[in-house]
Amino acid sequence: MKKGNTIFFENAPCITSFAAICGSKEKEGVLGSFADITLEDDMYEESTFEKAECKMLSTVVSLAMQKGGYTEKDMDVLISGDLLNQIISASFAARDFEFPFLGVYSACSTMSESILLGAALVNAGYIRRAVAATGSHFASAERQYRYPLELGCTRPPQAQWTVTGAGGCVITDEKSGIKVVNGTLGKVCDFGVTDVNNMGAAMAPAAADTIMQHFKDTGTEPSDYDMILTGDLGALGSRILKDLTWEKGYDISENHVDCGEIVYKVIEKEFQGGSGAGCSATVLNSYIFSKMQAGLYKRILFAATGALLSTVSSGQGESIPCISHAVQLEV
Amino acid sequence: MTGKTSENFNKNYLNYVKTQDPPTQHFKNCAAAFGVGGLICCIGQFIRYMLQYAGLSGDELAGATSIVLIFLGCFLTGLGVYDRIGRYAGAGSIVPITGFANSVTSPAIEFKTEGWIYGMAAKMFTVAGAIIVFGVFSGVLVGLIYLFV
Repeated sequence: MKKGNTIFFENAPCITSFAAICGSKEKEGVLGSFADITLEDDMYEESTFEKAECKMLSTVVSLAMQKGGYTEKDMDVLISGDLLNQIISASFAARDFEFPFLGVYSACSTMSESILLGAALVNAGYIRRAVAATGSHFASAERQYRYPLELGCTRPPQAQWTVTGAGGCVITDEKSGIKVVNGTLGKVCDFGVTDVNNMGAAMAPAAADTIMQHFKDTGTEPSDYDMILTGDLGALGSRILKDLTWEKGYDISENHVDCGEIVYKVIEKEFQGGSGAGCSATVLNSYIFSKMQAGLYKRILFAATGALLSTVSSGQGESIPCISHAVQLEV
Repeated sequence: MTGKTSENFNKNYLNYVKTQDPPTQHFKNCAAAFGVGGLICCIGQFIRYMLQYAGLSGDELAGATSIVLIFLGCFLTGLGVYDRIGRYAGAGSIVPITGFANSVTSPAIEFKTEGWIYGMAAKMFTVAGAIIVFGVFSGVLVGLIYLFV
């Protein structure tokens, strides 16, 4: 069933197992005690950072299957994407598995998009089980989007820090675990922000649009959720999001949490917090899902946001179009 | 929204974002740049005195001093120290010759994984290329002015 931009999953596909892996810097923060694997060395025993990112993705997919007691034969599809050009980490990680692969890209909102797509396929009965996974790596993202790692340049105060990590979960038709109740498909929003260092300001309108659309379509209020979770808006973006929704009569300041804001312990060198596809993926697949399983949170709206830019488009002076997909999760 | 409405709307939003932006700490940045930049110059001068003491003079002395500083810049980049200095000092460590060395060495290290020729060698000047182009260009310009004035 579809209402507005929201699709409702009557058969309520369930997330039965999940896994996350995070880098050495992330370990110091909230993820340290919740992630399944924490890396001592961000190279992950590989020769390049790109290979490390790929290995992280591959590892979380196997780990998520293993934790749920599934084998490769049980899986119908892997839905995955990442930030690198031609989503190489996801595609290369898919080489390791003997089941089909759907590559998706919506920048940092890839996690919510892949959960949404996986849940839709399971709900419709086309498949029984899907794995949704994404990840990112600080060093590979820096090289692609910014400057060489060792270049001695300053970071502006609006800058965020790409999370090194990956997260994945298994979505099945079994009736146990965390239910995916519905999903709101986002539309691309562009409010004319051109500053590539200020992703929070660029992405906040997209998050506001999707979240408010979700409230409208489902007839819910912000207070109906234990938590409204955004991906990587950062401190500045979160403030803007609260202002934008408040303007339209939705007050989310009580229960809004941003993965980027909570992922690092000390917001100092990373200024506004974490970012990247791995940011929401690791926080959701470790901390949030563990707490949901423990019954601390019953109902969560997860709306990760993505900035759909490339170095070419920003070099040519284009503004930054952004997107946000939302899924409602319940236990 | 399209056309004029969206333009006005975006303008309002961007103005609003500006009010929310955390301010750049100009004074602190300038002070750090002044301190560290000055320190690098002092080290340079010290090296110059030492080399002079060792018996060099004139162009040889200036060349040798630059070479030592460039080596130090590259060496600290390789050790992963220079980017930390740069993050703190900003222009203070970018403007001196050590900053130029850093801007050549850092992409060389970064792109080494893509091969020695098309990776390291070809991409070595991705950052420094602009400095060279405008450096040569302004050199020519000043040279012409010097010739005619």
